[in-house]
Amino acid sequence: MALYSEKVMDHFRNPRNVGIIEDANGIGEVGNAKCGDIMKMYLKIEDGIVKDVKFETFGCGSAIASSSMATEMIKGKPVSEVKQLTNKAVAEALDGLPDYKMHCSVLAEEAIKLALEDYQKRTGEEI
Amino acid sequence: MIYADNAATTKMSAAAVKTMISLAEEAWGNPSSLYSHGQQAKEVLEKARADIAAVIGAEPREIYFTSGGSEADNQAIISAAAEGRKKGKMHIVSSAFEHHAVLHTLEKLRKEGFEITLLDVHTNGLIIPAEAEKAIREDTCLVTVMYANNEIGTIQPIKELGEICRKRNVTFHVDAVQAVGNIPVNVVSDNIDMLSASAHKFHGPKGTGFLYAKKGIRLTNLIEGGAQERGKRAGTENVPSIAAMAEALREENAKMGKKAAYLTKIRDKIINGLSEIPHSALNGDLQKRLPGNVNFCFEGIEGESLLLLLDDRGICASSGSACTSGSLDPSHVLLAIGRVHDVAHGSLRLSIGEDITDGDADYIIKSVKEVVEYLRGFSPIWRDLINGKKEFIL
Ligand SMILES: Cc1ncc(COP(=O)(O)O)c(C=O)c1O
Repeated sequence: MALYSEKVMDHFRNPRNVGIIEDANGIGEVGNAKCGDIMKMYLKIEDGIVKDVKFETFGCGSAIASSSMATEMIKGKPVSEVKQLTNKAVAEALDGLPDYKMHCSVLAEEAIKLALEDYQKRTGEEI
Repeated sequence: MIYADNAATTKMSAAAVKTMISLAEEAWGNPSSLYSHGQQAKEVLEKARADIAAVIGAEPREIYFTSGGSEADNQAIISAAAEGRKKGKMHIVSSAFEHHAVLHTLEKLRKEGFEITLLDVHTNGLIIPAEAEKAIREDTCLVTVMYANNEIGTIQPIKELGEICRKRNVTFHVDAVQAVGNIPVNVVSDNIDMLSASAHKFHGPKGTGFLYAKKGIRLTNLIEGGAQERGKRAGTENVPSIAAMAEALREENAKMGKKAAYLTKIRDKIINGLSEIPHSALNGDLQKRLPGNVNFCFEGIEGESLLLLLDDRGICASSGSACTSGSLDPSHVLLAIGRVHDVAHGSLRLSIGEDITDGDADYIIKSVKEVVEYLRGFSPIWRDLINGKKEFIL
């Protein structure tokens, strides 16, 4: 038995949407170095749609995989839908995470929510 | 596959496997039975005891077989504490980065009213004997210190600590699980009263170890029952495993000098190679460390992802990050030598064995360099560090 599902390992080994967006209009960072996990999400929102998303993560395999999966799940989606993303959905899309790693999916959800709040603050747009 | 996790466990030697199988087939009698088939097993058992005793400079009757290092640690500490309690001596001295088999036992005793002093291991991972001497009080019943640390490999000044304990008339226990089979250990010249060892760390089987207790030391039973092991550890002896342990120890002891010289050479090559990685640091003293131990912290990355990517490249290693320990805090050993959480999460332990080649060392260095650089490439901490938004620690 492997520690992680095939899906987790795939997203860990080949993370999607890695990097930063220079002209992002919504940025969210959660976690801290003391706990060993930091996740940073960059959103480029246009016409109510997440046109582009990128992430940077300091953390374990499941933290990297959760960020990668979450970016795939929200890319190209309307903000109204992105708002609804839950950590459970991220974990399920990864074919599950070990119990003690569920907090990694929580970080992904929180980073995206923070990025949306940041967008709202910058633009004054209600979302 | 390059197996660089010998501090976690070792592969059994071919001779140990052979001994174990042949004895399971031939000497399966109960050593306590009086007929000759039982007595044959008894003979094997006593030969193993004598062989092991000879390697560490003990008398055969001073060796008690256990289920491994954890049991030996528990029994040694509980025994010394029981003697201390009788005399109203309820103080124990140990170090901050002992194995949990020791620390958790001490924690249990603390709740029972014992006072525990944990010695500083300083940034190089070494105890200063004078500080140990100062910590010993009138009511100290035990000093327990590990011979070599399982994570950072530092080798303590055991002989000096033993002399101090002898002078102050305090029982001295040494967790030598990482030392036995790797570096010379002699209970007489090192002034050791009790010592723990575990077969699976020196190419013997798992679930088998021993406790050395000097003649005159009173042991408390952890397991009650039959009269095995001089009445101090009940349970029908695992003769094949015990004989395989003795075989493995004899082998390791016979080639110790040569093996240590080779491993030291490869170890130092890996240390030099990994030192080229910017913002990294070796954990533990450069010289006073086990021949096969390399332990580094790399700033800006997390250990588990490093291990997974090294596993993809066929390298088995370990880390002191919280994610690999299953707790929220990184290794207590790294914290004890003053590494802050942020960098302790990015640690890597390589514990090499004699099967490693010079080419393997090159491959390890190259792989670690590439993986660290790759992970830093999308680490938000690393970005803040190189952009000057955060100060480098290493
Ligand atoms: C220093 C030290 N003490 C004790 C132990 C416990 O040994 P065992 O696994 O045989 O119980 C270990 C091994 O994990 C160790 O490295």
